[in-house]
Amino acid sequence: MPLPKRRHSKQRGRKRRTHWKLTEPNIVECPHCHKSKLPHRVCPSCGYYNGEEVLVVKKKDKK
Amino acid sequence: MRHSNKNKKLGRTKSHRDAMIKNMIRSLVIHERIKTTLAKAKLVKRHAERVISFSLEKTVANQRIINQTLQDRTLVKRLCDEIAPRFANHKGGYTRIFKLGTRPGDSAETALLELTVKKPKETTKKEAKQAKKK
Repeated sequence: MPLPKRRHSKQRGRKRRTHWKLTEPNIVECPHCHKSKLPHRVCPSCGYYNGEEVLVVKKKDKK
Repeated sequence: MRHSNKNKKLGRTKSHRDAMIKNMIRSLVIHERIKTTLAKAKLVKRHAERVISFSLEKTVANQRIINQTLQDRTLVKRLCDEIAPRFANHKGGYTRIFKLGTRPGDSAETALLELTVKKPKETTKKEAKQAKKK
């Protein structure tokens, strides 16, 4: 069985992982309700897309 | 190698996939609009458009081809008599896909697959009353 010859330092692992980055989602403003949404997707808060109501979004009951 | 192999498998065997596509086209004929994952919507769209194309020319031969997919005479009738007339002047583009974002659980991109021409709205009782008042 092959085994590592030397101990792997924290620095080595961390240096490798400096390229692991999260990318920010491209958020756009909904032209109908002005809440933030993802581009090319039906707005989850008002159900509109391209100026038309595609989905009827159920309103949450205020408690 | 899978060079120029366009067919998506969706992690299913061929028989499973074919059955799923047929079932989804059936649902589309019944409900006119279905909610699924984006990958399934894209795959079913191609097959659904083919079936709708056959329904535009109402011949016995075409109806039999449609019945191979729908496997239900009442649905064939529904497609040919109720849905096809709406697409009389269309050449393709009978369905459209809306992206809905990811669903919780498996984070799969969901989508709506619907017929592009909706059936004319029937006036509801409320609207009929309001029209009378005016």
